[in-house]
Amino acid sequence: MKKPYLKTENLSVGYQGIPLIQEIELSLSKGEIVTLIGPNGAGKSTILKSISKQLRLISGQVLFEDISIKNLSEKELARKTAIVFTERLSPDLITAGEVVALGRYPYTNGLGIQKEEDKRKVEEAMQLVQITDLAEREFSRLSDGQKQRVLLARAICQEPDLLLLDEPTSYLDVKYKLEFFSVLQQMTRQKKIGVLMSLHELDLAERISDKILCVKGDRIGRFGTPEEIFREGFIGQLYDIDHGSFEEQNGFVELERVTGQSEVFIIAGNHTGSFVFRELQRRGIPFSTGILSENDLDYPAAKALANKVIAGEAYEDFSEADYARAEEEMRSCGSLICCQRQFGTHNRLNQKLLEAAKAAGIPVSYRAEQEDNR
Amino acid sequence: MNQNTCINYNKTKKYILYFTILVLLMALFFVLSICIGSTNISLQELVSAISDPDAGGTVSTIIYEIRMPRALAATLLGGALALSGYLLQTFFQNPIAGPFVLGISSGAKLVVALTMIIFLKNARVIHSVDLILAAFAGSLISMGAVLLVSRRVHNMSVLVLAGVMIGYICSAVTDFVVTFADDSDIVNLHNWSLGSFSGISWSNVETISWVVLVAFVVVFLLSKPMNAYQLGETYAANMGVNIRLFRGMLVILSSILSACVTAFAGPVSFVGIAVPQMVKKLFHSSKPILMIPASFLGGAVFCMFCDLLARTVFAPTELSISTVTAIFGAPVVIIVMLKQRSQRFTME
Repeated sequence: MKKPYLKTENLSVGYQGIPLIQEIELSLSKGEIVTLIGPNGAGKSTILKSISKQLRLISGQVLFEDISIKNLSEKELARKTAIVFTERLSPDLITAGEVVALGRYPYTNGLGIQKEEDKRKVEEAMQLVQITDLAEREFSRLSDGQKQRVLLARAICQEPDLLLLDEPTSYLDVKYKLEFFSVLQQMTRQKKIGVLMSLHELDLAERISDKILCVKGDRIGRFGTPEEIFREGFIGQLYDIDHGSFEEQNGFVELERVTGQSEVFIIAGNHTGSFVFRELQRRGIPFSTGILSENDLDYPAAKALANKVIAGEAYEDFSEADYARAEEEMRSCGSLICCQRQFGTHNRLNQKLLEAAKAAGIPVSYRAEQEDNR
Repeated sequence: MNQNTCINYNKTKKYILYFTILVLLMALFFVLSICIGSTNISLQELVSAISDPDAGGTVSTIIYEIRMPRALAATLLGGALALSGYLLQTFFQNPIAGPFVLGISSGAKLVVALTMIIFLKNARVIHSVDLILAAFAGSLISMGAVLLVSRRVHNMSVLVLAGVMIGYICSAVTDFVVTFADDSDIVNLHNWSLGSFSGISWSNVETISWVVLVAFVVVFLLSKPMNAYQLGETYAANMGVNIRLFRGMLVILSSILSACVTAFAGPVSFVGIAVPQMVKKLFHSSKPILMIPASFLGGAVFCMFCDLLARTVFAPTELSISTVTAIFGAPVVIIVMLKQRSQRFTME
């Protein structure tokens, strides 16, 4: 096991001597990305501020390679960590290039004059986050997304071992979010920098993090790999989600289920039904669905949105018992939407369900065919 | 890369040009300040007086005893005021901060007035260092009050308003004290409390030079952390700035500079705000390493220009220096405030 670069021991953080979160135990090795997730106001930023020495520790230790943060001077710490925080800045008459160049602060002489090497590093950092063409623009006139990238470039050319980022992707659109993360991955893979950041986007957190720390209440929740954190139902619990749900399986959120007597039965499967489920949810129509295999692409959305899901065990053919339950539910709904275009052998019983509906004179509409006719 | 180096090269050339202009203006106003007055002195007379300082005569006396110390004081104190304003603007991250609007000059004025009266009562000679110390104490008291307010309010207009109020309180107390002072002191005190560069002696100039130049050098050495501080406290701290020490230095240096001005020339309004703003616009940059010397030069030019007007426009009646600086400085403040407003609105 590699020795961690950053470690906290029994750390308590908070404001004015009052602890907000206690007993924080986290560790991070060089080249690792660790993410803090948790509800608003849970104290993610407080943890980041404490580790970057903006806030005094209430108790416990923050150790950089076994050296306590208390024994590190401002200058030493500046060469170890660089931050990108959420504060909105709009300093007057500074160009983006000048902001980036400030990252060289711990390395320049007493008057802050830059040497050739410093200029090269600034240039490199700007190329890495693709802001070279913004260099001469006034920082305060950039968009929030551009500012965020400028601030990342500033942090990068500070050449830290650890980047501390507080919700770094808040102002970025999806393209720049992905670019931002790919820059982070380059930094961690090539330069072996560690990254500790807070994120709101759980799907992204799951994908990029080596480890995740869940922050909620006065103690730390879980600390582990995404696989360990994204267990069914855990995110809903962490965030106290009660209107809607978060699907750990695919990282999607679903809005609140419409309850009441189901008015329509959906034959779905293979991601043909999810859009219909969501449309019915938007219109406020309660529905049931089946027969869905538990490993079907439509299953997570069905489970989140349908009143009742008739499910068959994964990798098994549907049983007659499944069929009987489905037919009963379909009859009580009184109408049917079929999203399947064709039925395979595996899906035989859903075809039988459709035939039964037609025979019983239950109104049937076809979603898939409609799409085809267009 | 090539393009950037090219831009940087052009910028450097521009900055050199601006500095040259400021230095030339300073020289021009210095010569004008010496030549123009109740007795006009021609350039020839000036040159001959300078080439032969021991020649004596009326012209020589006017130049050496009256106008030259006055012009030097206007130069140094003007520079000091502008620099003090720039430091306060950096400290509060507020473009309309300055020693006068924040009440710091008035605090200095109050303590200096009290000191003068006490010294004169006890028939003791006031040395210029005593005056500076008194003004410094007064500045720190006002600054302390402003800092207390700034902890509670983060709105820059409210902060300035609080500063103006502190200034009024100090001025009211000063007026009260002056009213009950001995007759003989009043004339002296009254003139001084309005602000003027008149009556400055060579020994005063010597003291001023030491204080201002030492403070200037220290401020210049702070230009690197000031640069980092422009991104705000959090980022500055992360880059390795010792925030407490840095903020303490800013408070002390700006107080010393404005105290020095108040001790010798009384309170002078608006130079501290207007000059750094105008210089910023001229250079189109806010880099401290440029702004510090440029503000100093700008302040020197501005104060000599205003002093010249104060002396000459209604001669032989002399205007108080603040009357003139306010006419040119106050509109700048209004413009800055209006601009700031519109920016705030688009931001939030």
